Amino acid sequence: MSMDFLQYGIGRWVHIMAGVMWVGLLYYFNFVQVDALKKAAADTPPTGAGITKHVAPRALLFFRWSAVVTVLMGAMILGDKIDDALFFKERAYVPIGIGAWLGIIMLFNVWALIWPNQKKILGIVPATDEVKNKARRVAFLASRTNVALSMPMLFFMVASGGIFRRAIFGA
Amino acid sequence: MKNPLDSLWGTVITGLVLTVILYYLARSMMGA
Repeated sequence: MSMDFLQYGIGRWVHIMAGVMWVGLLYYFNFVQVDALKKAAADTPPTGAGITKHVAPRALLFFRWSAVVTVLMGAMILGDKIDDALFFKERAYVPIGIGAWLGIIMLFNVWALIWPNQKKILGIVPATDEVKNKARRVAFLASRTNVALSMPMLFFMVASGGIFRRAIFGA
Repeated sequence: MKNPLDSLWGTVITGLVLTVILYYLARSMMGA
């Protein structure tokens, strides 16, 4: 098995699978769970306990680690071209560079804003009601920011290679 | 002003606008 096969074949495959899991769970949180929990909280008695106890922690587990795998595999695919991409040194690497930066910002949001605040919200770490309310807002906005960032991120991922880049950017 | 990220539609429109802005930025960076 050649290094190219590992780097571009297996690396790209795992990158896309992990990315689908990451963004899929991000969309699940934002398009499904947020609204469902709001409705569950309005029930008498509230019916969202099973989601916060069993679904959300497991979804967050796969969410945050698939984010790490996605970015690490992305870095592996870029290999020694990573500085050309991240510092926009080569014209052809501008689209993937922008996509990579968006992915890195999203990873930061997951580990620095969403996960630490979700731990407080879900009671994994102790927090007062006031702290929980603030954590809820920060985690919510960071998650929504990632939904917005995911759109150009995915655009630049699909627009970064070969015939697609030439078709979209003409270069 | 209401935060657009508070609604799903606002979030999707924010993402679309950001995509268009970054597309033109990338084009100018590539000299296309």
